[in-house]
Amino acid sequence: MNWLTQVFAVALFNLRSLPERKGAAVSAAVGIAGVAAVLVGVLAIAQGFRSAMTASGAPDTAIILRSGADSEMTSNFTREETRVISDAPGIARGANGVMASNELFVIIDLPKRSTGTSSNVPLRGVGVAAFDVRSEIAMVQGRKFELGKNEVIVGAGAARAFSGLDVGQSIKIGMNTWNIVGIFTAGGGLAESEIWTDAAVLQPAYNRPEGYQSVYAKLTSAEAYDEFKDALTTNPQLKVKVARLSDHYAEQSTSTTDFITTIGVFIAAMMALGALFGDLNTMYSAVSARTREIATLRALGFGAGPVVISVLTESLALALCGGLLGAGLAYLAFDGYQAATMNFQTFSQVTFAFAVTAPLVLTAVVGAAVLGLVGGLLPAIRAARMPISSALRESA
Amino acid sequence: MSSLVQIKDVTKTFHRGSEDVPVLSGLNLTVAKGEFLALMGPSGSGKSTLLNLIGGLDRPTKGSVSIGDDRVDQLSERALAAWRARHVGFVFQFYNLMPVLTALRNVELPLLLTHLNKAQRREHAETALKVVGLSHRLKHYPRTLSGGEQQRVGIARAIVTDPTILLCDEPTGDLDRKSGDEILTLLQTLNQEQGKTIIMVTHDPHASARATRTVHLDKGQLSTAQPE
Repeated sequence: MNWLTQVFAVALFNLRSLPERKGAAVSAAVGIAGVAAVLVGVLAIAQGFRSAMTASGAPDTAIILRSGADSEMTSNFTREETRVISDAPGIARGANGVMASNELFVIIDLPKRSTGTSSNVPLRGVGVAAFDVRSEIAMVQGRKFELGKNEVIVGAGAARAFSGLDVGQSIKIGMNTWNIVGIFTAGGGLAESEIWTDAAVLQPAYNRPEGYQSVYAKLTSAEAYDEFKDALTTNPQLKVKVARLSDHYAEQSTSTTDFITTIGVFIAAMMALGALFGDLNTMYSAVSARTREIATLRALGFGAGPVVISVLTESLALALCGGLLGAGLAYLAFDGYQAATMNFQTFSQVTFAFAVTAPLVLTAVVGAAVLGLVGGLLPAIRAARMPISSALRESA
Repeated sequence: MSSLVQIKDVTKTFHRGSEDVPVLSGLNLTVAKGEFLALMGPSGSGKSTLLNLIGGLDRPTKGSVSIGDDRVDQLSERALAAWRARHVGFVFQFYNLMPVLTALRNVELPLLLTHLNKAQRREHAETALKVVGLSHRLKHYPRTLSGGEQQRVGIARAIVTDPTILLCDEPTGDLDRKSGDEILTLLQTLNQEQGKTIIMVTHDPHASARATRTVHLDKGQLSTAQPE
């Protein structure tokens, strides 16, 4: 108790004397705030991308690709094969029949609103059951496309990121012109980056009258997945790969999020190194400025331990202020910021919103705290090891 | 009177780079309980070094330093800190008050090392400030006090734990004559009325005249010891 009182008392002097050293203290805190802001900012990109990729991946929805295919781009099925898949046990039934959507996935070029440069946008041909399979799809403007017509609906993210995708406009792809009749959302998920149309209309336009690339199926429950998967993978008529949609999207997002995270952590680590030296400098200055005070406390009988902890406390307090400031600024600047990047699995653009989540903020604050403790350690040891008799003679 | 401080064959050598600088050489000194001893001598004679050895702020290179029943030179760092808190009150030339604390809080500081509760600490600190005549300055910060007042706060801080011995390093060195006289009178009162044992380092013969005994240090050795 007595020791804790000492720690508390000495730490309190340190903190109360901070205003006398505000220049150095603010610069240390700002340095750490910069690290936290960059870390949170970059990780918010990865988090936002991951969220966009996995938001619509319900565990009771499965995607079926050809065995060996990494993505829909490299998968293909015949109409007969999709029929066999649709007959598998475990698929839910709705008003439109079996909840399985045979889909076609092609890439088209459209100019970005921000730069005017062309980028790849996914154009998906879907079956009539697509809206049952992905229950999160909601029309926010216009209407759904009519079957058999050259009509498309556009994901809200794609409409935001690319020009010429407003309702009433049309896009020309090859020899065909497609009218935009609606805008839809998909709970922030990947589909918002896509353009959808009737697969039966897309097939002849791309000269694939009998071909599909994937089947999306809504299962009766998440538990029905194993039976469904076994039935398909053991069927000698098929060579398929079955995955829960949530797992498939998570796998798809891994390479991009890993890449962004690695870059972000690397940049933040470099900045942290700089901030660490800033903090060290600040804390050495603090100890130096308070040499006589520290020596006086030691002369009065305060132990070396409380002095070490008090210096660490000051460093920690500065770092936490910096961490919270940086994370707060990152939240204000980046959270919800709309962006688009390449999905390396399909080589098409994915629109997403930066997501500054609570765990990210916590990561930044914990990182800042570690930085503060490391930065304060050597100055704290120096403070504790100062010879009292000579330190008492230091000028104030 | 029984002896309180016993210094036997004390040598203190400082190391500056590869050079050894002897400051005290085989020094012997005894201070009785209740004595007010002035330590005088020219700069570099070893006065402050001797005071630091008595106060447990430094250790002798050779010899022994005993205060009461405690061999100060043999205590561990942790035990020495606790010993200082219990037995020694320091008064510094430049007061060494915490600028961010009021007079009352400064005086309360050494009591944080005791088991007194908050109310008791406050009561003791107020009493100590009353003894030094600063009851009306409890809430003042050091920067708003005169030099003499700051030194009074320093003395209040030194006596608040009722230590065995008061060690004063040039307590009037930074004060004008009038303030210095007031401080010396205060120390004298503490010695005469409360029986405090005081060892005071000073350059000033006027200050040493207030002590009950003066010893002179020269080149690390006691040159005279003149009990009054």
